[in-house]
Amino acid sequence: MTAPLIEIAGLSKRFDLRVGAFGERSATVHALDDFTATVIEGETLSLVGESGCGKSTTGFCLLNLHRPTGGSVRYRGQEIAGLDEDAMRPLRRELQIVFQDPYSTLNPRMTIGEALAEPILFHGLATKADLPARVTRLLADVGLTPRFANRYPHELSGGQRQRVAIARALACEPRFIVCDEAISALDVSVQAQILNLLLDLQEKYGLTYLFIAHDLAVVRHISDRVGVMYLGRLAELAPAGALFSQPMHPYTRALLSAVPEPDPKSARSRQRLQGEVPSPLNPPQGCRFHTRCPIARDACRSAVPAWREVATGHHVACHAVSAPDKLNWEGTE
Amino acid sequence: MTALLDIRGLTIDIARDGGPARVVDGIDLAIQQGESVGIVGESGCGKSLTMLSLVGLLPNRIRATGGSAMFGGRDLLKLGPKELRKVRGSEIGFIFQDPMTSLNPVIRVGDQIAEALIWQKGLAKEAAQARAVELLELVGIPGPAERARAWPHELSGGMRQRVMIAMGLAGHPRLLIADEPTTALDVTIQAQIVDLVRELKDKMQMAVVWITHDLALIAGLADRIAVLYAGTVVEDAPVSAIFERPTHPYTRGLLASLPTLAGAAMERLPSIGGTPPEPGRRPPGCPFAPRCAHAVAACAEAVPRLAPVPGSDPRHRVACPVMTERAAA
Ligand SMILES: Nc1ncnc2c1ncn2[C@@H]1O[C@H](COP(=O)(O)OP(=O)(O)OP(=O)(O)O)[C@@H](O)[C@H]1O
Ligand SMILES: Nc1ncnc2c1ncn2[C@@H]1O[C@H](COP(=O)(O)OP(=O)(O)OP(=O)(O)O)[C@@H](O)[C@H]1O
Ligand code: SF4
Ligand SMILES: [Mg+2]
Ligand SMILES: [Mg+2]
Repeated sequence: MTAPLIEIAGLSKRFDLRVGAFGERSATVHALDDFTATVIEGETLSLVGESGCGKSTTGFCLLNLHRPTGGSVRYRGQEIAGLDEDAMRPLRRELQIVFQDPYSTLNPRMTIGEALAEPILFHGLATKADLPARVTRLLADVGLTPRFANRYPHELSGGQRQRVAIARALACEPRFIVCDEAISALDVSVQAQILNLLLDLQEKYGLTYLFIAHDLAVVRHISDRVGVMYLGRLAELAPAGALFSQPMHPYTRALLSAVPEPDPKSARSRQRLQGEVPSPLNPPQGCRFHTRCPIARDACRSAVPAWREVATGHHVACHAVSAPDKLNWEGTE
Repeated sequence: MTALLDIRGLTIDIARDGGPARVVDGIDLAIQQGESVGIVGESGCGKSLTMLSLVGLLPNRIRATGGSAMFGGRDLLKLGPKELRKVRGSEIGFIFQDPMTSLNPVIRVGDQIAEALIWQKGLAKEAAQARAVELLELVGIPGPAERARAWPHELSGGMRQRVMIAMGLAGHPRLLIADEPTTALDVTIQAQIVDLVRELKDKMQMAVVWITHDLALIAGLADRIAVLYAGTVVEDAPVSAIFERPTHPYTRGLLASLPTLAGAAMERLPSIGGTPPEPGRRPPGCPFAPRCAHAVAACAEAVPRLAPVPGSDPRHRVACPVMTERAAA
């Protein structure tokens, strides 16, 4: 389980905006900057980080749904960044995404049954005769009864819609799925059911997931590796066990300490990250975390910390971290 | 003390070709001024429809057919559209579950908040726009002045959710109803939002109804938790009692499904087997009976009513005779 499925190098995405009261000035959102990582076939790689840090943008750029501003994405050796839609078409079935906002994937005028049947027929994955059974099976997999096939998206609850979006991605029998907050609207029992389904499919068919989520307990539970992003950049990437037991980047440490516990007593005394979240319209120079970092030093304000492998498979971008046993937490001014 | 909001026997029906199907089946829920209540329950159990019925925003073909919802001396279920529009925003702040469908895609987010303020609070345009920027800052959106000019699709999922939260809080409501308001927010921003809501609750005596599946989050915010299953309240208790003595088998199943940071990785999580009954196809007795490991013959006969749990907090009530009896023994 070490073959690379997707190799991402220096991926970046900027959005140009008009700002000012009359839109008289232009500004640039640095949504994603110099993202370098490899997605290994059959693994679950999770991305976590503050709202707006570029997780969805990463997912979109990987699948070429947003045209990256720079960098490269090689899917099974083939460069796909910037390919036009015609060239992408043969790959579309294999590369699926469950959007953060399920409304945007579901056609309001199609019943759920039609929405699930469409990709199956389009890609010739079942005959017309087998179709109803296939749809029923997909619905059952996500915990919905066959009767849902006749309903329209607006007749579903939020969590039911989210599950239909998952079923639709699975209908394509993909190799790789970006799950963008795909289970965030589900109660914990249904969440568990869906996570178990994803793990089963992975075991059976070697599916690969890029899992975007903010629930760190879920991430810890299902990930092989976890990447932590801050303001458009990767801060740390490591095997899940190492990341949770030995976080190295100061931002990862802050993030982990903010996790609420399902216990009314402990929840009231959580630690907070201090300082304003900088705007991606105007990201800080040097290390983007330096404005909030408890151990920032001079170098942090001027130089972008390099992305380095400090232990096997454990990558960090921080001037204060040179090796796991050389955490330089003192030396602040 | 009379409750700020007192829902009694609320029923909601969906018009279907074969006749009405009952989605919400006799909900009783009272909320005091300044109190915060967390609502949890299985996907599709009727949480959103219950809340939408209070502010007159039920979708077509769905109606509240019984019960009452007293709020400040009026029955919300009996108010006309004009009166309800006034209640919404100024007295009841509402945060919708699906930000993309409730934000207008062709109006800049700052203007959407400002419009709400002009309408609800009668602010002048400039004042409303300035206040909108303040609110965006309060919910932790960096660069709020620039972001006020963004179109909804230019924001990340979590930013859109925070715009919804800002709109819900804009009118300083006496009651805030929040439907899964933080599903796209990371833990640090969540904590900031929870602090903000708690502060408004303490300072302004704002009452809060917070629908969520995030039991860890709600543990730090709610005074009380009501657990819904198939359109009824099956357990209602102070938050500490829910975590220390979960009593309804469904509540226990929920807590058991919770992954924790300390838990083992990559294993199957326990989930409650089976699916909840669909509206219009509920079994006659306890709606959870077909999935319940503790069910006895009597469970399939009569719908259990909420009753105090012997030996627990006096406000702890559960709709399960089997478990109440067991607690008494
Ligand atoms: N417009 C509609 N037409 C028909 N049925 C509907 C409609 N809206 C909701 N329903 C059904 O009513 C039930 C309750 O829906 P509701 O949206 O209140 O669920 P919920 O508890 O908020 O779930 P979730 O946690 O998934 O958001 C669901 O089974 C849903 O399928
Ligand atoms: N179409 C767009 N036009 C302009 N800016 C955009 C667009 N899409 C995203 N952005 C900006 O890019 C940044 C990263 O957004 P992204 O959606 O990737 O964040 P995210 O990490 O997924 O956040 P969340 O957890 O809130 O969903 C944000 O500042 C966002 O406002
Ligand atoms: S590089 Fe400097 S500012 Fe950035 S995280 Fe490391 S110590 Fe903090
Ligand atoms: Mg996102
Ligand atoms: Mg809902």
